[in-house]
Amino acid sequence: MLEHTPKEIKERKGGMINPAKTCQPIGAMYAALGIHKCLPHSHGSQGCCSYHRMHLTRHFRDPIMASTSSFTEGACVFGGGANLKTAIKNVFAIYDPDVMAIHTTCLTETIGDDIPSYLGSAEIPDGKIVIHANTPSYAGSHVTGFANMTKGMVTYLAEATTDTNKEQVNIIPGFVNPGDMREIKRLTKSMGINFIMFPDTSGVVDSPMTGKFEMFPRGGAKVEDIRDTGNSKLTIALGSFASTDAAIQLERKCKVPAKTLKTPIGIKATDEFLMALRAAFISEIPYELEEERGQLVDIMTDTHYHFHGQRVAVFGDPDVVIGLTEFILSLGMVPVHVLTGTPGAAFEKEIKAMLLEAGLKANVKANGDLFELQQWIKNEPVDLLLGNTYGKYISRAEDIPFVRVGFPVLDRSVHSYMPIVGYQGAMRLVEMISNALLDRADRDAADEDFELVM
Amino acid sequence: MDAGSLAVNEREKSIIVKGKQKKQLVCDTDSAAGCVSQRACVYCGARVVLNPVTDALHLVHGPIGCASYTWDIRGSLSSGSELYRSSFSTDLQEEDIIFGGEKKLARAIDELVLKHHPPLVFVYSTCIVGVIGDDLEAVCKAAAQRHNIQVIPVQSSGFIGNKSAGYRAACNALLRLMGPEPTPTRNLNSINYLGDFNLAGEAWIISNYLRQMGLEVNVTFTGDSRYETLIKAPRASLNIVQCAGSMHYLAQKMRELYGIPYLNVSFLGVLDTTASLRMIAEHFGGSGIKQKTEELIKTETDKVIPLINGYRGNLQGRKAAVYVGGGFKAISLIKQFREIGIDVVMIGTQTGRQSEYETINDLVDEGTVVLDDANPSELERFMVEKGAHLLVGGVKERPLAYKLGAAFIDHNHDRKHPLSGYEGAVNFAREVYSTVCSPVWKYLKA
Ligand code: SF4
Ligand code: SF4
Repeated sequence: MLEHTPKEIKERKGGMINPAKTCQPIGAMYAALGIHKCLPHSHGSQGCCSYHRMHLTRHFRDPIMASTSSFTEGACVFGGGANLKTAIKNVFAIYDPDVMAIHTTCLTETIGDDIPSYLGSAEIPDGKIVIHANTPSYAGSHVTGFANMTKGMVTYLAEATTDTNKEQVNIIPGFVNPGDMREIKRLTKSMGINFIMFPDTSGVVDSPMTGKFEMFPRGGAKVEDIRDTGNSKLTIALGSFASTDAAIQLERKCKVPAKTLKTPIGIKATDEFLMALRAAFISEIPYELEEERGQLVDIMTDTHYHFHGQRVAVFGDPDVVIGLTEFILSLGMVPVHVLTGTPGAAFEKEIKAMLLEAGLKANVKANGDLFELQQWIKNEPVDLLLGNTYGKYISRAEDIPFVRVGFPVLDRSVHSYMPIVGYQGAMRLVEMISNALLDRADRDAADEDFELVM
Repeated sequence: MDAGSLAVNEREKSIIVKGKQKKQLVCDTDSAAGCVSQRACVYCGARVVLNPVTDALHLVHGPIGCASYTWDIRGSLSSGSELYRSSFSTDLQEEDIIFGGEKKLARAIDELVLKHHPPLVFVYSTCIVGVIGDDLEAVCKAAAQRHNIQVIPVQSSGFIGNKSAGYRAACNALLRLMGPEPTPTRNLNSINYLGDFNLAGEAWIISNYLRQMGLEVNVTFTGDSRYETLIKAPRASLNIVQCAGSMHYLAQKMRELYGIPYLNVSFLGVLDTTASLRMIAEHFGGSGIKQKTEELIKTETDKVIPLINGYRGNLQGRKAAVYVGGGFKAISLIKQFREIGIDVVMIGTQTGRQSEYETINDLVDEGTVVLDDANPSELERFMVEKGAHLLVGGVKERPLAYKLGAAFIDHNHDRKHPLSGYEGAVNFAREVYSTVCSPVWKYLKA
């Protein structure tokens, strides 16, 4: 399928081939689903909204609800104010959410629609809330859109109302699966610490089957809780690309100190997350978590010889790739190519620092595409590919074992329920990676080398 | 939420219940602002029609998303080039929005043509390009001259209409490719097959039938088509049109320009397949063709009828809801469900036309709900009210059906087996059976 990709690398200036990113609004839509009883609203043409819902539906395999301003030519000429006002009226009349979270699209950004001024003159029913974020897709990526909407939650909702800070932590989980969000909550809970997670898509996009369609399932961060984040003692932003902006906004607006950590993928990042919690709240790490950590280390030692020296290509969203890279380094693997489609020099800096510490060198790139990744692999082959579903073409063309992680995963199921964060998530990653490598070894083994015990 | 109170007044006109009222359904309108519409855009319509042109380089001129979401999402199969399965985007950035994207587009075409040597490039315009006013025509024309290949702009800015407008934009691009002049030579017994995108290899099945009838398949629009065959399309002596929603316009234009007559056909279900094959044979008229056609029909139906009847026994009396893109498919599905003993109790389309809705209304039983551009709460409401056991729809409807405890069939991009022709009819029955009669539904009530 990708046989036509040439090995020789030439500089390109005319856009992307086989992108490793998508556009901001889908990230904003996903973030907004992490508010309880919230309907994301796409201010633009109906096509964009339809694509974003379809893509999220394919990844989560759950109904994804969002409304659109349904732009027509007239709206483009005269501005989208009238459409947005009608939309607000209709959304509350028909679907009756508690919150409507508006994001823009390329189109409305280009014609210069000023959402706050439209909101100022719109009729919003009593007790209902409308928030917004600007999400032009000609900058950043879907991760940027997630960050922008999360920041919008703070801008519109967070308030400092108490004199002293409450003994509670705000956790911004970043663009991860609901299974990851559940795991982060479980870890925090077992530390005995009160927390507010936002956005929180667990219970929304992984809702149980009840025989009834719930437009607004039970999950999601409650508005009163997001308000209350202004009173917390600390905000932990997991992942600098998806979460830091909102944390800084909280610091600015409500004086809640912000701390950015890596997405807790792997043993080191999970340790750091728990240590940060322990330091701020003077609580102890419970035996339950110590035991899990011990199990993970046990597993890592049991299997390390499968991993050592194996060459890996990793791609996907920056926060997740940073976590994965750190983790595979801790397994003794060698990241050879590390790429994200999201622009941002911080990504390259952070990965390069890790590699330097490990005494390694690799191809590292932000704002890259999968065409380039494949070319890298052609020039310097790898033993394993880690990334989202779109890696399957490269995996097939270059015949490399492939482990699916990140967003989107469109051709496998259950992944969104299962964490890759925390000690348990790390165990799962070890299992997925070693299964892929060993299945390949079995497949390729000559009869005489085919072994029962591996 | 009380779904009963849902209808914004505008929506009421788009829903009718057969037998209950005399009014006409209002369709082909724009979706109301603020609705959770299931509809797609012009670009989407154009892209799905043109995407199966396998050796074309499909370049999306716009910001990254429009290209990302359409990367290889339609399961059309190719017997040759795989170029169409890669995603190419100009990935417009802020400075391009301000200063215009023409230079970047020209550069992209140059780089890509040098790298992939395609015989043909389609350049898709997206909403934003319509607004910043890039002159796609001029850029494509210059590039075509530079590289001495066809570079065809597809005018598919999303906000100028819905998916149907996109079909039209795609057809216009195809017409440009074929050129304005009728060809001097015409091949007797040669057919173009319009409106099959070769999902799961469907076009191959039908082409096979046509060949067995003694006909030559000139080109399929657009499943598994390529530049070389497409430009020869004007030589055929008949066009048959399967998915009328997207290809009716092209068939009309080809009749105007090249004098090729066309027939509307449907290969969904045993009855429609048989009727369509006979109609085609009738058109050519020779007794040889007719005889071969009857033989084909006999062998195939003898093979599949017992299989289908086997499933029918298990399915008799179940009820289906249908929500698909075009009206033509909807009509065929009603008949096909009858073949396996299932009644359609709710039916809707995204882009059906007035005349199609009239046919639907004539076909369905009293009490069946007919609706245009439904939103999820309407689908839910009527599925529950009508007690549907099964929903036929696209990607976004699947989890909705499952949440209601209803079975589901994808009759769109995500279909996994061919659903056309005789073997498609068996696949359809088997798919319906395996989802409707799966044991998983038993665990719904704890
Ligand atoms: S921008 Fe326009 S063309 Fe692109 S997906 Fe949205 S509606 Fe379709
Ligand atoms: S126009 Fe912009 S927002 Fe819409 S799909 Fe394309 S990139 Fe995304």
